[in-house]
Order: sequence, then structure tokens, then C-alpha cells
Amino acid sequence: MLMNLFKFHGGVKPPTNKTQSNALPISIAPLPSRLVVPLHQSIGGTPKPVVTAGDKVLKGQLIGEADGWISAAVHAPTSGTVSEVAMHIRPHPSGLDSLCVVIEPDGKDEWLAHGPADYPAMSPADICAYLQQHGVVGLGGAGFPTHGKLTPAPSVAMEDLIINAAECEPFITCDDLLMRERAEEIIRGTAIFRDMLKPKRVLIGVEDNKPEAIAAMQAAVNALNEPFSVVAVPALYPAGGAKQLIRVLTGKEVPGSMRSTADMGVQVFNVGTAYAAWRAIAHGEPLISRVVTVTGNVKEARNYEVLIGTPMDELLALGHPKADTDGILMGGPMMGFLVPNPQVPVVKATNCLIAHSSELFPPAPPEMPCIRCGSCARACPHELQPFEMYWFARAKNFGKTQEYNIFDCIECGCCSYVCPSHIPLVQYFRFAKSEIWAREREKNAADSAKERFEFKQLRDEREKAEKAEKLAKAAAAQAAKKAAEAAAAAAAAAAAENTESAENIDSSTASTPEVAPPALAPQGDFLRGAVDAEKEAKKFAIQAAMERAKAQREAAQVKNTDNLNAQQARDIADIEARREVIQPSTQTVDGNKT
Amino acid sequence: MEIALAIAIMALGAVVLGAALGFAAIKFKVEGDPLVEKIEAILPQTQCGQCGYPGCKPYAEAIAKSGEEINKCPPGGTEGVQRLADLLGREVKPLDAVEKPKSVAIIDENTCIGCTLCIQACPVDAIVGAAKQMHTIIAPMCTGCELCLPPCPVECIRIEVIPETIDNWKWRYPVTEIKAAPMREAA
Ligand code: SF4
Ligand code: SF4
Ligand code: SF4
Repeated sequence: MLMNLFKFHGGVKPPTNKTQSNALPISIAPLPSRLVVPLHQSIGGTPKPVVTAGDKVLKGQLIGEADGWISAAVHAPTSGTVSEVAMHIRPHPSGLDSLCVVIEPDGKDEWLAHGPADYPAMSPADICAYLQQHGVVGLGGAGFPTHGKLTPAPSVAMEDLIINAAECEPFITCDDLLMRERAEEIIRGTAIFRDMLKPKRVLIGVEDNKPEAIAAMQAAVNALNEPFSVVAVPALYPAGGAKQLIRVLTGKEVPGSMRSTADMGVQVFNVGTAYAAWRAIAHGEPLISRVVTVTGNVKEARNYEVLIGTPMDELLALGHPKADTDGILMGGPMMGFLVPNPQVPVVKATNCLIAHSSELFPPAPPEMPCIRCGSCARACPHELQPFEMYWFARAKNFGKTQEYNIFDCIECGCCSYVCPSHIPLVQYFRFAKSEIWAREREKNAADSAKERFEFKQLRDEREKAEKAEKLAKAAAAQAAKKAAEAAAAAAAAAAAENTESAENIDSSTASTPEVAPPALAPQGDFLRGAVDAEKEAKKFAIQAAMERAKAQREAAQVKNTDNLNAQQARDIADIEARREVIQPSTQTVDGNKT
Repeated sequence: MEIALAIAIMALGAVVLGAALGFAAIKFKVEGDPLVEKIEAILPQTQCGQCGYPGCKPYAEAIAKSGEEINKCPPGGTEGVQRLADLLGREVKPLDAVEKPKSVAIIDENTCIGCTLCIQACPVDAIVGAAKQMHTIIAPMCTGCELCLPPCPVECIRIEVIPETIDNWKWRYPVTEIKAAPMREAA
């Protein structure tokens, strides 16, 4: 179909190397000896394992449950026995391991009962949940859970739905073959996305170096009578980058800061994703296999339909790698990476395995100083200035790299490709980006630690103050209570002894408190509370107690204790005994205080 | 005569500019001490007291006000010293302690007797538990300061270095290998 196309800045034309692998039809890879299925295969939360070692599983059975909205379920790719749920190396440049379910196939490849979904009756939310449960994620490389992209932005009308079939990376032909052989199912899958997003246009962008695929797709669109446009876009790396394809097809520039293209009324899906979504809806098949190109230094390059979890070396062996193969490249030569170990499994994001040899990919010549020729800036599809970012990344001046918009870099590798000084620019950018992320994490952790620390200090102080206040109050209350009691007791005693003279009653009521219950009470309290009372509170209590004792002692000196009756004498003896018990502690208190 | 005039003009200029500068110094005086805040932003907020101060802020104040050395924070490491040196224009000094990798504390929950002593010791509220109940550490909040270790009466807290996982893995600095030039054949 003819349509006005736009251009993106820069881009390069590396040798495509696609003809090696696109001549033969897709072949079904045989069952491998074992399957190692990593649980974390998409962006977002790591699915939780729902099987344990020894469990029998059927093909398509759930083994990892989605954790959160941005996460997708993982399923058993064949029937067999779970031999372990353990840490295994994942195909990731770090070479680190993550939780995997290892399945020993029983060879029967027996399906779990499954069938088509009742698509017309399902609400959009049902379809999202359905796709999530069937583990459908973006198959273009990043692996974003598909259902997360199927809700239109609330504020922006959805204008364009783009199916990304550009496949611009050299060597890779899996999408090409998928379109040639299964175009109809791709179009049906696209129709599902269309029903969900209700865009004004549906554009299928295919690079013009795949005429067979374009013809097949056009035929399928015509056969199904869908209003989709199959658009041939000029072959220029990286036309398959989401933002580049949007630019070419719609002329819209996606700002670097925009997190989701849905905010611009555009959504992009890979062809493989549309196919997988259709398989899930129409057949109830979860995403357990995908088409992978096996190429590079092999005798027979072609595409295979491979179960997720197949060890890469077993898959590569199907292509008969040549003797000098010294590694496996996952993805294309521009954005791919050498896997840390040949046994790592094929995952949902694996689109291509390239047998690596030093003849095919000669080691990069030594890095030379940047001559500021500007070739990299001319090649950059995001109109960045790679030489500036390189300069600051190299000097670890990360703030400056951000000023030069390093986070807009899609790591396409165009700049490294053209650099006459052979500087591995992308590696510097990846280093800088992950360093910035790590610092961000550390900074956030430090900030929250500081906040909690300050809050704790505040709380400690408040508690201290509250405790002191409470203690003082309790002491005062106790003193008042004891005084009142003593007064009551004395009054009662006096009432009993009617013979006493008025003066004597007065003096005895006055003298009874002298016997110090009020002084005793706070001191006793203090003793009980001493274990946990704060220092200030202690001091305060001691002070108060001492003062009261002193006042009472002074008061006692003027007291007349000569002509007492029997009752009074007994009281005094009692009190004297109690005082005896207290005395030593009073001394310690004094000792502490000095 | 001319020379005297020139001198007079220069002197006048000096007086005027000096007055302007003096005025600006008073008028635009910066309130508070932004330096302490900047220093504190670099310190890792572990609050461990290994620098000899009761927290990161007091250390930051000591650096800013009493000229304390900048190489006393073990969790900050050599990089922290470097950044402080950059900020303060001081010389980079080797760390006056052993650099510590990022760690977290882990409570052996079978041994924990629920004494709550560690909760009181933790400066950043990273431990949860209640009296006579098992305690545990919220790993993402723990700064690895080790302050909870000494109070534990049953020694059930240990410090572990945070391992590298796919989530916290970082791309390495691209190292350019220097290859030895081939030896020339002896003539
Ligand atoms: S292409 Fe290479 S040499 Fe040229 S400016 Fe960019 S980084 Fe420097
Ligand atoms: S890798 Fe980044 S900087 Fe280099 S050309 Fe691609 S987008 Fe531009
Ligand atoms: S849990 Fe222990 S090591 Fe972690 S922050 Fe609290 S006191 Fe420090």
C-alpha cells in the first residue's frame, strides 16, 4: 500500500545476513533432554512458583503465577516431572542465576485440557487477565507483558495501532518466516488488539527487504477483509525500534521522557506477540514456544519453533555449528550479547541464536581516542551526542551524561558501529545508566534511612519527656494520697482518744505525717520504677523525695512526742520499723546523687 | 600630573568596587549552612557511628565546622571520600578504616527470644517484633550498621554481605585491554 512515509534521523545499514536463514521453512525443534524455565521472563514482578520438585506436570500447566499486574504467568512447555525449582544461570549479560523450574520431559508431550476462549463474551478486563494467565508477553525483545499495553490511555484517543514487523537487526529472520507461514493468525491476533484499543488506523510495518512476508501479510489482510495497511518501510537499522517505527509510519516524535507511547495515541506490538495472543485466545495455548532463528557460524541456518526452556547448546546443535564456534550470541549482532554459558535456556525474549566465531565477528580493534568526528551523532537515531555522553561516562561524571539525555539512548549500537576509533560507546552508556540507577537506589535508601532515623530520634525524645512527666505526676499523686490517708488515720486515732487536749491533738495530727508515709511513698515508687526510669526523671524524683524528707525532718524537730498514749506509741513503733527498711535505700539514693 | 590623576581614578575605582562588594556580602549573605546539608547528602546515612560521631549529621557538621577529616566513614568507602574531596576541594585521602561492602543484618529467628533489645538499638527502625515474640529485620530498610549486634543477649544476629543479583547487577566499566606487542624476532 502506498502511503506517505517519514524518516528518522541517522541509522546505519549493516550487512543484513538474512538470506542464510530465511530459505528454509520453520521446523519444529525436537524435545530437548531437559527444560530449564526461568520464572522471571518478562518485565515486572517475578512469578511465584506453584510446583515443587517431584510434581508431574502436563504441557501448558501453570508453573509460575503472575505476581502483580505487570507480570505474566509461566507454563510447563511439555509434560514431564519437575526435577527441581532452583537457581540456574539465565541468559542475561550478568551471567547471574535466578529461580528456574527444571522439567524432565516424559516424551509424551501430553497437553493439559485446553480449548478456545469465549472471545465475543469477554470484557476487555477479562481478556487482559486471560492473556496474563496465558503468559503472553512482547516477543520483540524487551518482554513487556502484553496485557499491560492493551488499555488505552484515558485522556488520549488511540490513533494508531502499529504491528512491528520491521525486524531490522541483521541475521534475524524469525518474524519474516512467521509472517510468510502464519500470516492469517497474526492478522487475527492483530484484530484482537484492535478490538481492545479501538484505534483509528492499524499499520503493519515491514522492512522492504522481506517481499515474501509483505505479500503473505497483504494476502491475509485481504482474505480476512480487515482494514489494515501493510506498509513496506525502507530497510534502515534501527527501523524496528518502537520509536523509530512510529516516526516512520506516523511522523510522530516520541519525547524521550514519555514512558508509554499510549500517551501519544500510539501502541506498538511485535508480530510474534500478535500471533501468541491469537494462539492463546483461539486455542487456549499459553506461550510455551516461539520461533527462534539459528544462524551464524552453522552449516544449516534456519528457524525453529522451540519450547521455552530448551538449552541453547541443544538448539544450536540442530544447525550443526562449525568447529571453530566459540560462543553463542543471543539476539542480533547489534544489540545482542554473548550468553554466559551455552546451557542457558531459550526464553520468551530469545529471537535469535548466532553461533559466534572470531572469523565471523572479528574481535574489535583496540579502542582509540575520540577524534570528535561527529559520525556517531550523525548515526544516532535519537539525535543524541554520543561523543559527549561517552566523554562524561568515561570520566564517571554521570550528572553530565544525564544532561546529554543518556536515558533516551536505546542502545541500538549505531554509534559504536560507525565510530572510526572503535570505541565501544554503547558499553559506556550501559555502564553509566546502570551506575545512575544504582545511585538512585542508594540515594533513595539513604534518604529513607535518614527519615526513619530522624523520626526515631524524635520519638525517643518525646518518649523521654512523656515518661518524666508521668513519673513526676505519679509521684505527686502518691504523695498527696499518702498524706490524705495519714491525716485520716491520725484524725481517727485522735477521735478515739477523746481525753487528749486540743493542742495535743493538733500536734499529734501534725506529728503523724512526720512519721513519713508521704516521704516513704515516693521513695518506694522511685525504687520500683528505678529500673526503667530515665535519668532526669530519677533526679527529679530523688530531689522531690529529699526535699520532702528534709521538710518533714525539720517539722519533726518541733514535734512533741513525750506524752503519747499507747495507740500513738504503737503507730510510731510501726513507722520506725518501716523507716528502718527504707533507710539503707535512702542512703544509696544519696550516694547515687553525689 | 597625569600619573596622579591615574592613581586617583584607580583609587576611586577601588573604593567604589570595594564598597559594592562589601554591600553585596552583607545583602546576599547565605542563611543557614548549606555545606552541612551537601556533605550529609554524600554520607550514606547508615547512622552507624563508626566515624566516631553519633550519626551522619554530627559527622557532617564536624567536617564542615571543625575541619574533621573526610576519610572516616567506612560505609561511604573510597568513593565517598572522593566525592567529599570534590565537594570540599580537599585532598583525597585513603580511607581511615576498612571499607565495608554493603551488608544487611539477619536474625536467626529460631534463636531469637524476643527481648526487644535490638529494636531499641536499631537507628533506622528496620527491626520488627514485640516482647517475647520473634523479631525479624526488614532487609530493604537495614543499613547494615551492626548496632543491633552487641545488645543481642543470645547472639542470634549476623551480618551478611548483600549478594549480587540480576536486579542489582551493574554493567562494568568497559575495560580496554592492553595487549602486549609481539616481540620482534632477534636479528
Ligand atoms: S564516532 Fe567515535 S571518534 Fe567520532 S565523534 Fe563519535 S565517538 Fe568520537
Ligand atoms: S546506542 Fe544510543 S547513542 Fe548510540 S546511536 Fe543508538 S541511541 Fe544513539
Ligand atoms: S537491623 Fe541492625 S544492622 Fe540493620 S540497620 Fe538496624 S541496627 Fe543496623
